[in-house]
Amino acid sequence: MVPTIAYVIVSAVLFTIGVAGVLLRRNALIVFMSIELMLNAVNLSLAGFARQFGSATGQVFILFVLAVAAAEVAVGLAIILAVFRHRDTVDVDNMNLMKW
Amino acid sequence: MSNSAAQLAYLAPELVVAVGAVAVLALDILLPERSRRLLARATAAALLASLAAVWWLYAGEVAGRPERLFTGTLVRDGYSLFLDAVFLLAGILGALVSARYVDREGLQSGEYYALMLFAVLGMMLMAVSAELVTLFISYEILSLSVYVLSGIARGRAESAEAAMKYFLLGAFSSGFLIYGIALIYGATGTTALEAIGAAVMSRGLFGNSLLLIGMALVTVGFAFKVAAVPFHGWVPDVYQGAPLPVTAFMSAGVKAAAFGALARVLFTAFGSLSAVWQPALWLLALLTMVLGNTAAIAQTNIKRMLAYSSIAHAGYMLAGVAAYTAGDVALGSVLYYALVYTAMNIGAFAVVLVVGREGEGNQELSDYRGLAVRHPWVAAGMALFMVSLSGLPPTAGFLGKFYILNAALRANLIGLAVALVLASLISWYYYLRVVWLMYFIKPGEAPPTLSGAPSLRLAVGMAAVLVLILGLWPSAALNLAQVAALTVTAGGLPVIGRP
Repeated sequence: MVPTIAYVIVSAVLFTIGVAGVLLRRNALIVFMSIELMLNAVNLSLAGFARQFGSATGQVFILFVLAVAAAEVAVGLAIILAVFRHRDTVDVDNMNLMKW
Repeated sequence: MSNSAAQLAYLAPELVVAVGAVAVLALDILLPERSRRLLARATAAALLASLAAVWWLYAGEVAGRPERLFTGTLVRDGYSLFLDAVFLLAGILGALVSARYVDREGLQSGEYYALMLFAVLGMMLMAVSAELVTLFISYEILSLSVYVLSGIARGRAESAEAAMKYFLLGAFSSGFLIYGIALIYGATGTTALEAIGAAVMSRGLFGNSLLLIGMALVTVGFAFKVAAVPFHGWVPDVYQGAPLPVTAFMSAGVKAAAFGALARVLFTAFGSLSAVWQPALWLLALLTMVLGNTAAIAQTNIKRMLAYSSIAHAGYMLAGVAAYTAGDVALGSVLYYALVYTAMNIGAFAVVLVVGREGEGNQELSDYRGLAVRHPWVAAGMALFMVSLSGLPPTAGFLGKFYILNAALRANLIGLAVALVLASLISWYYYLRVVWLMYFIKPGEAPPTLSGAPSLRLAVGMAAVLVLILGLWPSAALNLAQVAALTVTAGGLPVIGRP
């Protein structure tokens, strides 16, 4: 049986990759995908903890996180599309209409 | 409490807002094009009905007796009732200042008001959450609504850009928040706030690294939302780019909601770990106050200036939370400040709307030159809000700051108290500069013409009256804030009879 700490470590690594993606990549879509990676890292750790405790709380939480992530996709892609229509780019470095 | 219908009665304010939001969406489809203006009134009516429900629950003495609902996921206490009233005030003032603007700029009124109501609903649910999963869902209801609201003026590139910045950084920060919640769950095996507090005590988890990292990540998630330095980068751009009434609404409402939730989490679940988070909040408060105020000085756009000012005010409220050891005095001062800030800040934004022109015009500080000559009443209102924001008597802002100072001194945070006073001194410069421009400088070549919508004037008047009442006769509101704070600091024990 895989120990819980293994899940925690893998999820921490995934989360860190996600954070690095948000901070380093300049394309809004890839930044957004990195955020999704962070959410899925959280799901992995929740699944690990839920198995350890044998409780449903963690698993129910995963379902809610998935639902929220889906809602964020709907809103986020619409917003990125709205920006693209104005600017013909989704590079976050070009988002400088106001002082950044 | 097993009967779920009886439990729902305790959630009457939330239910009214939820029904109102759906009703506004339905009305948008059913009403003919020319009667869309009714939607603003329907929104205000739903929020007023919800406020009446809050009053009804207060009258039923729910405030002093915390009531756990739905197996302890929600708790109806004085704390959530007080915060609900603050959110509803922000919503009502927000709807009033929106009415004319939404028509003029041709925004989608159905979506606009429905999202505003959903945002208020998210704030109210954050305040009643006694458990971290529920808290996270409520936080997302609020956030998603506000992301869309800030980008709702699709015709303007600034609005779309503001929405994108807000969305990307907001989603980033909520990633930190849920990762923190997941680690806390991993350390304690529960997500209920009181159970977390009990587990920390009984199992001696004071040095548990999972728990400490989780707590830090949750704090960072909320620090983004309250706009604390160094997590404030999005604030000026989002506040400047978003439609002005949305900025007014979210600057007060979102901040109050995030502070309400942050304080409840820290006080209820992590009270025993205050030695760890108190110094961190102390530092955040200091940075936020100093940087917010110094950056505001350099601004020439009034919306941007108010954005930095809102960062500074987040610093004052953080100082109140950091004064944890002062107990209910600290929490009470934060609650009172949230109420005061809602009135004075939305009031100031309402005046900016009165002066503003189509397509976010007339928002430079120079547009306020000589306003007092032509429009003495509007200028007087703006002067009142500016004096209140700068924290001078006899306004509400003075008392709000006074109580936070009082809490900081009681908690023995002398350094932070001194920093708060010095930061306020800096802020006098840029707030009083607006007053000086309005009263002592001759108007420019094109004197400001005003948009005199009655709803806008009503909002300015309401906010001004509130600022004066809360400054001159604060005892009623202050007592309510104190009772509200006690329901949290007393560890959820029944508290009846104390002021």
